[in-house]
This record gives sequence, C-alpha cells and structure tokens, in this order.
Amino acid sequence: MIRRYLFLIGLVSISPLAFSAPPAEKARAKDLYLGEAYYQAAQGNYLEAISRLDSELWQYYRLDDPKLDPLHYRVNEANFSVGDFELSYRMHQRAGRAMKAVLEGNVEDPIRNEAAWRLARIFMDQGDATSALAAIERIKGRIPDKIKNEERLLRGQIYVHVGRFPEAIKIFRELKSEKGFEGYSSYNLGIALIQSGQEPAGLSELAKAGLLASDDEATQAISDKANVLLGNHLLSIGKPAEAKQYLDRVRVSGPFSNKALLSSGWADAAEGKFDRALVPWSILIKRNSTDKAVQESLLGAPYAYSKLKLHGRAAQLYAVALKSFGTELTRIEASIKSVRDGKFLKALVRDESKLDPSWVVRLRELPETPETYYLTELMASNDFQESLQNYFDLEGLRRKLAASADSLRAFGELIELRGRYYDDTLPPLDKRFQALDSQMRLRMEQRQTLHERLQKLLVAPRPDFLQTADERMLREQLAQLSEKVRNDNSAAGEDVRQRIKRLQGVLHWNIHTTYDERLTQAYKHLHALDDDVQELNGIYRSFVRSRQAAAQSYKGYDKQLTLLGRKVNEARDRVSTLMARQGSILEAMVIQELEQRRARLEEYQVQARFALAESYDRANQSQEGEAK
Amino acid sequence: MDSFHRILVAVALGALSCAALAQSVSSEQVKGLDEQVQDIKKDVLAISSELQLLEEKLLYPSNTQVSLFVSLKGAGKLRVDAVRLKLDGQDAEHHIYTFKELDALQAGGVQRIHTGNVRTGEHSLEVTVIGKTGDTDFQQVATYKFKKAVEPKLLEIVLDRSESAGKFIQFKE
Repeated sequence: MIRRYLFLIGLVSISPLAFSAPPAEKARAKDLYLGEAYYQAAQGNYLEAISRLDSELWQYYRLDDPKLDPLHYRVNEANFSVGDFELSYRMHQRAGRAMKAVLEGNVEDPIRNEAAWRLARIFMDQGDATSALAAIERIKGRIPDKIKNEERLLRGQIYVHVGRFPEAIKIFRELKSEKGFEGYSSYNLGIALIQSGQEPAGLSELAKAGLLASDDEATQAISDKANVLLGNHLLSIGKPAEAKQYLDRVRVSGPFSNKALLSSGWADAAEGKFDRALVPWSILIKRNSTDKAVQESLLGAPYAYSKLKLHGRAAQLYAVALKSFGTELTRIEASIKSVRDGKFLKALVRDESKLDPSWVVRLRELPETPETYYLTELMASNDFQESLQNYFDLEGLRRKLAASADSLRAFGELIELRGRYYDDTLPPLDKRFQALDSQMRLRMEQRQTLHERLQKLLVAPRPDFLQTADERMLREQLAQLSEKVRNDNSAAGEDVRQRIKRLQGVLHWNIHTTYDERLTQAYKHLHALDDDVQELNGIYRSFVRSRQAAAQSYKGYDKQLTLLGRKVNEARDRVSTLMARQGSILEAMVIQELEQRRARLEEYQVQARFALAESYDRANQSQEGEAK
Repeated sequence: MDSFHRILVAVALGALSCAALAQSVSSEQVKGLDEQVQDIKKDVLAISSELQLLEEKLLYPSNTQVSLFVSLKGAGKLRVDAVRLKLDGQDAEHHIYTFKELDALQAGGVQRIHTGNVRTGEHSLEVTVIGKTGDTDFQQVATYKFKKAVEPKLLEIVLDRSESAGKFIQFKE
C-alpha cells in the first residue's frame, strides 16, 4: 500500500518545476553574432536569440566562400546553440534541432552533456521516463562540476522510474556524502528501497532523512517531508503512537507544518487522547483558512471537545467552522466566476505581475482575480506549469507576430514611398549617366590608343609623333611660308627660303634631340592619366552600386511581402486559436481544482451542521441532566 | 477509530492525490497542445528570421550598414549604468542598462547597441560610459576613427573592467 502512496508523493528533485531550467550557460564565444544570441538567451529572450542566430546561419550557408566569414570558426557552436536555445525554449520535439544538438552536437563534452541533462529533466518533468533515460544515457565524458551531483540525482530518479532499482540505490548511497545533497539522496534512497521491495530498509532510510540536521532550508524541508510521509504511513496502518514521534519532529513553521500538525492531532485522537489532540489542532485553526489542513482542523478541534464531553465548547467551534466554511465557499464561488469571466487569463499576461518571484500567488491582489492560495498545489504541478509556460510563450508569439505585421505594413509603405521617389528621380539620372558613360568609353578608347602608340614608339621611334601643338603649328606655318616664297627668285626670296630652312632645321633638331625626354614625359602623363582614370572608375563603380541599391531598395519585394504577410496572418490565427485552447485548459484546471475544494468544503459544511446540532443536543441534554 | 474519524482521515489522505487526479484528467490534452505550440514556435521562428533578413536588406543594406556592439571584459568594481554613442558628432544611441542586461553582458553576451547607415569613408565614433565604482560616480569618454568600406561594418566596443587594463574603453574591428 505504501508503494502506491509513495508514488503520489513522488521522488524529490532539486528543481521540481519543469521550466526553471537555467538559461544557456556562460557565453562561450566571442563571435559577435553568437555573442549577441547569448546576450538575448541569457535574458530568457529565446525567440530573439534563435531567430537572430538562424538568420546568421542562413546567410553563412549561402556565402560563396563561408571560410571568410567570422562565424566560420564557431559554426559548430552556433548550430549547437540554436538547438540548445530551442531546448530552453521548450522545443524538444523528437525530430527537432534540440534533440539533434544533444545527440550529435559537435561541441565539447561538458557543453553537450549539460544540454542532455536539461533534456532529460524536461522529459522527467513530463513524466516520460523512457525518453529521459535515453537522453541521460547520452551523457559521456566530462560533466560540468556545477551539475555533477544534480545529474547523478536525476539519473537515480530516472532509474527508479524505469525499475532499475539497484543502480538507483547505488547512486543515492554515493550521493549521501555530498554536501547539500544529504536530504535529497536519503529521501530518494528510502523511496527507491521501498519501491524495490525492501520496505523496512526504505522506512529506516526515510527515518534517517527525517533526522538530518542542517541549516539549509531545502534539506530541512526534505527532512520534514520524510517525517510527514512516515507519520502518515504509520497512522494509516494503525500505529498512531509510532506515527506521533515522526510527526512531532516536523518544524512548526515549515511548509509541511500544517499537514504534520493535523496528522499529529489525529494520531492522538486515534489513541483516544483528545485533550492532547487539541494542542496541535488549536495551533492549526488559527492559521490561513484556505489551507486544506487548517480547514480539516476546524472540524477536528470541536470533534475533540465533543469527545471530551465539552459539548458547549464544541458547539461554539462548529459554529466558527461553519462561518469559516461559508466565507471560503463564497470566496471560491467568486474565484470560479472570476476565472469563467476570463479575469485569470488577463491577469496572467500582465507584465507587471511577473516582476515579483511570487507573482502567481500575488495575482490574488489584483482586482477580481481568483483566490490563488487555493491554487498553490495545482500551480506547482508539472501539467499546470507546462500549460502556463505555453500560454506565456503563445502570448510572446502573439506580440511578436503583431509587431511583425506592423513591420510588414511599414515595409510596404516604405517601398511604396521609395518607388514614388525613385520612379521620378532615376530616369533623368539614368539618361545623364548614359551620356557620361558614352563619353567615358570614348575617352578610355583614346587612352588605349595613346598607350598602344607609346608602346610602338619604344620599338620604332617616331619623333614627329611627340611634337607639341605649338611645334606642329610652327611647322605648318613654315611650310606655308615656304610655299609662298617657292617661286620668288629675288635675293630677298632666296634669303627668306634660307631663313625658313634654318628654322625648319632648328625645329627638326629640337624634336629629334629631345625625343627620349619627350617619350619619358609622355609616359609620365599617361600614368598621371591612369590615376585619374582609376579615381573615375571608383566613382563609376560607386554610382553603379548606389544605382543598384536604389533599385534593390524598392523593386522585387511585392511577392515576398505578400507571401510573408500571408504567413504572418496564418500564424496569428493559429496562435490565437492555440491561446484560446491553452487558456481554456488552464481555466478548466483552475476551475476543476476550485470545484474540488468547494465540494470538500461543502462536505465539511454538512458534517459541521450535523455535528453542531448534535453538540447542541448533547449540551442541552447534559444541562438538563445536571438540572435533574 | 469511529466513522467520522475514518471519513476525515480518508479525506486527508485522498486530498494529497487531488492535484494529481486533476492533472491526469487533462494530461493528454496538455501534451497534445504542447506539440502544437512547439510547431507554431517553429513557424514563427522561420517568419522572424525571414523578416529579419528582409529588414536588414531594406533598412540597412550592406554598403551602408554599420553595427556597433558592446561587450564586457575582466572583473572589477565598476558597474556600467549607461552608454551613449555619437556617430560623426550626431547622437546615435543612449542605452540605460537593466540588471538582466548587465548579467547577460557579464556572462559573456554581446549587445548589439546600434545598427545604422553611414556612407563609405572615414567616420568618428564617440563613446561615453556612465557608471559607478563603489560609491563614486564614473564617466569616461573615448573616440575612435574607423573607415567604412562597401561591406557591412562591425565594430565592438569592449569595456575592460580589469585593474590592469590601461584603457577602460577599447575598440575592436
């Protein structure tokens, strides 16, 4: 019997909530894009982190030469990180990248092992021990020190769930000597021993867990839990005296104190010691009236008084209980109505409510929200947490998609504006550019001709090619003068011809004797021209790039924008449907829990009414008896 | 133990399983929906990446794009409160850090503080860091000249808090 009971209580892990997994570990890369993704992930912005890294990887894989990209040196890490972030973003589908990262990640052992451990924990929290086992058995090689013991604890728990008790027992025994793990390992060892059929040894181990002395709050809580478990077990098999010693070890102010006080009272009552039972119950009835144990003690205390034949006092306390149950039932009714009116879901997605670590409980402080003290047990359950996290994630997706739709609209307007501007501006620019382009081509051809001529002059000197414009004009003038005086047979004519010849000789002499110098100068000028040509080409290329950029800034987006817009709208519809369904599930869980509490209170109320009537009768009878 | 007592004990023990019972009712629904939520996450991620690429192409084309990043180095007493950037004398960014952001930087994350557009050629960047060393206010300014070519320009501003660091604000291209 205890085995079934123990399964309800469950094994104790350090992080009972599925999604309290730490963010991606300390950044491992200094690549800027990767570092940026870690920056987002470290703040819990996994959607942003994954999508940024995805974009970079997409661009990287489309490069002609990816080796030149800085991401090249970290690409394995980037691929692993995308999967790792997906794991943290609760995307652990079997065929997904998170699984691939854990199974095939080409990264160092500690990094991959930590991811495998987190994956195993997620599966365990979902109650899928087989998948958890497959994930944890992937762990090979070095494990980061910070999770070494947690990994062993989880491994032990998985082994218990899959029936590998000897291995689990061995792990828990070894873990008992580790500081901070004494409580967890003792408790889990006790459970493992009981599950494996070694009940006495298991109970003895639980008893040891209940005796652990520590300053650590978590260890003290485990110790309390072990004592409550043992006490309740002994009580259920009819050993109240033994149960009492364990129940009385529980701290009066710890999280298990209410349960312990209640059971302690019942242990006394079972032995007929109703006066002693009143001690814990009298403490309990003054505590928070939403607590199950407190509500039960409201019936227990007057029951003890009636057993002590103090019917008047019993009747008073039954009346107090009835009043309290009535108040609580009204509160539960209001809570159910608030949930049905959608106030719970609205409160959940309010940003300011999440600033406080105990925000879920503090929701009760918001107007018209349900009494969350009634939901603390439900809220600690994995199904509720999973649904809650999914609801938050869906809300995140809804906001993201709304922003995407806005961006797409803005892009559409931007493209339209650019189109209007460039459609007017570009045609005259293009016309002017075409004219300049033709001129440039002509000049470039001329430059090429000059270059070729100079090359030829090196082999076959032609000084006349290097005469200056003045020299050419002078030569022509001299030729014209020579032609004029060609038939002048006078002495003056002969003198002029002689002078022309002399001048032509001087010109010829100058051109031919300075040929090498002129050739060098011509080359220098050509090089100077090349510098200008190079600058011109730079301006030309820059213009072509700008012209292309202008065209690319508004042309060819229509199809992509339409398609993306359709995808965004479809995704928004799906998110909206899923949010409604997820919200309904959350509301149904909350209402189910509240209705169970209401049913219980109604049952208590009936019992209290009958007991109150009976107490009055008996009080009257005893008064009459005394009178007689 | 009388019948009343038995009822109460039974209720007490049964109550422990109430939450578990409530969960088992909807466990299948929860799992089924979880699969669908994972599917939609995948689709939204794909949309988000596509949109990001489109945004970069439309707003920050590579020939004018300049991206400035901030990272922390070393351990020291200095707490960075805000960073102000001026590009070519114009205010480009003024970022005030939250605790979460500082933790992310300390854990080795790199913040993309600014993405913008500049022409090709020489540019100047002025970085002002405001913070505290212990109880004393801290402010330091550094300038850096960089050249923008046709490819996207990525520039890292490293804030080195180690005692041995000569310069607190460093630049890395």
